[in-house]
Amino acid sequence: MICLCLRKALKAPSALFLWRLCGAFLICLLVSRVQAAELMTFDEFYGKTGVLGFEFSEKVKRLSGKTVRIKGFMAPPLKAESQFFVLTRAPMALCPFCSSDADWPEDILVVYLTKRQTFVQNSRQISVEGILEYGSWTDPESGFVSLLRLRQASFSTP
Amino acid sequence: MKKIGFVPFCLIPILLSAAIHAQTIYPIDRATMVTGGKFDFKVEFKGVVSPSNVDIKINGKDYQQVLGNAGEFIGREKEVDASAVWVRDARIQQPGSYTVTVSANGEKAEVAWEIYPTLKERQAKNVILFIGDGLSVAHRTGARILSKGVTEGKANGRLAMDDLKYMGTIGTSSTDSIAADSANTMSAYMTGHKSAVNALGVYVSRAKNSLEHPKQETLAELIRRNTKMSVGVVSDAEIEDATPAAVVAHTRRRADKPEIVEMFYKVQPEVILGGGSAYFLPKSTPGSKRTDETDYIAKFKQAGYALVTDATELNANGRKSDKLLGLFHTGNMNDVLDRRFLENSSTKKFPNQPDLTEMTQTALEVLSKNKEGFFLVVESALIDKASHPLDWERALYNTIMLDQSVAITRKFAEKHPDTLIIVTGDHTHGLSIVGTIDDSKPGTDMREKVGVYQAAGYPDYKDMNHDGYPDNVNVSKRLAVFFTVFPDYYETFRPKLDGLFVPAIKNEKDQYVANQVYKDVPGAVLREGNLPRSADTGVHAVDEMIVQGSGPGAEQIQGYMENSDLFKIMVRALALGHQR
Repeated sequence: MICLCLRKALKAPSALFLWRLCGAFLICLLVSRVQAAELMTFDEFYGKTGVLGFEFSEKVKRLSGKTVRIKGFMAPPLKAESQFFVLTRAPMALCPFCSSDADWPEDILVVYLTKRQTFVQNSRQISVEGILEYGSWTDPESGFVSLLRLRQASFSTP
Repeated sequence: MKKIGFVPFCLIPILLSAAIHAQTIYPIDRATMVTGGKFDFKVEFKGVVSPSNVDIKINGKDYQQVLGNAGEFIGREKEVDASAVWVRDARIQQPGSYTVTVSANGEKAEVAWEIYPTLKERQAKNVILFIGDGLSVAHRTGARILSKGVTEGKANGRLAMDDLKYMGTIGTSSTDSIAADSANTMSAYMTGHKSAVNALGVYVSRAKNSLEHPKQETLAELIRRNTKMSVGVVSDAEIEDATPAAVVAHTRRRADKPEIVEMFYKVQPEVILGGGSAYFLPKSTPGSKRTDETDYIAKFKQAGYALVTDATELNANGRKSDKLLGLFHTGNMNDVLDRRFLENSSTKKFPNQPDLTEMTQTALEVLSKNKEGFFLVVESALIDKASHPLDWERALYNTIMLDQSVAITRKFAEKHPDTLIIVTGDHTHGLSIVGTIDDSKPGTDMREKVGVYQAAGYPDYKDMNHDGYPDNVNVSKRLAVFFTVFPDYYETFRPKLDGLFVPAIKNEKDQYVANQVYKDVPGAVLREGNLPRSADTGVHAVDEMIVQGSGPGAEQIQGYMENSDLFKIMVRALALGHQR
């Protein structure tokens, strides 16, 4: 982006050149600002939680389609080659994918990775970055229904 | 020598394969059933057979005539290259011994059933079954010590369940295993039939679809069909969880929770109180765990149910209704230790959940309006859900809560002596109380602070406010309780005040390893697990369980019984072997 802006600007006369340079700089600044991931926590998913359903928080609605970063724990995946994994607030004693007497907590985030990454031990906190998406969605392969997702995500171990 | 050795070597696999693949008959050998009780009769042949080569007789008579229903011959079953005969909703009205013989293409199989009658007149108007999920002897002992105290060798008080008059022990083994889970154990109480681990109200046949297995009628269904009694189900787990589900469900897979809600809707117990609202909400509602858009909250309301969603509403309005749906959590409700005694974040999302005692009280008030009587199941589910992750303090508090609910019911029974009360578990856990742990002993090595025999003395729990719970769970001289089976974990010798214990976590090799969070707790030591590394928490024990009862029909509780025999005691008390 920066390179493209500068090349265009260098062909222009000097007065205009400065203006364009300033403009390009501002645009670049704006773009980088938009792309910087906003931090999120598990407490910020829902504005209201109740027996009859939750309401997504204003923050979730505002950041929908934007890049966010969140820390959590990777639940053991459905299968090693899964396209997605479940991020939980705390490590889980029981694995709902493996044991039929366990069920997911109410505040989970489903993470779809851009590239496959190796499974990280559930006891180790990871930091995930991806594009936030909310609303009910059924994974076509597994039938797993999620309410809150990160798309095009990647994670790192802090 | 070689030749002689070859012959038996060759025969063994043939004999084994005949034993494994012989035709299978459901209900299985030694099944016991009440006169007029419904069941699915299924014969699975080992290959494709022609109906003309099949001969099925019951006590030498035509099977369809004896079963009171026409059978369906399935030439080729959906997922297997084999034939089957299926008679749905079969029943036998005449008590006695029945021998089923099946022959097809020279293969023979035989099972024997016992059909038992009941008296014509009901002994009990009401039946109340309490299930402490996972309730083991140590839970009872620990609850008594924590709740009532013990000095100079004698308990300072008695639990409400201690004084139920009749007592026996219950074996919990499954059709496929000596071990069991909460699904097939409660299913045995509810249907009178044994089944396989994970199954509810069905025999586990070879079908792949979890909902296509030979059905066993549940007590609630039998009550619906034969009486005008009311039915109630109360649990602090998700109401779709195995134990409460067994009242209404027919599935091979207890995790079929969206379908189980539908089964609740079909039977429509007058009182449904518990957690698990997520499976009632259409999938587009945030918080839902359904996979379709059916709104079961709306459907139950349309069917005349009053809805309550927290303790305030339950206590204010619950008793006014005739049909009551109370859902207090999207998932399992929280442990009483977190809800009432500890200040941590466990109950932040659902801060106003009722206690099991309040749910029991309301259920009794609603159900007892019916002059025809009622059948009520009350489960203290979290005894088990805390025992799995080795969190015995939470399990004992949940046992005290169970006992306080029993106390409420015993008061009800004083005014309504025609009430049969049964208190038991569904399976056990391997845990034992061995003494005390005393922080004041010198040093930092926690193991040296464990006191056994005369060195144990007495713990210093106190209940100054007389609420039946210790004022402080984290006293300096507390019970020493250890589990017999576990994954790798850090033993901290202390209660977990921040929330339920998470002993082990899965690693990248699919193995459960000790949760490092507890590594730095002062005095924590690594205990290497004795379970396969695929086990995430402690497991159920095969040890038998105590069952106690009072009221009409309870005198049948005695000696060793199979869990399926408890059904017999209840249907006899209610005289359900007679069609109306």
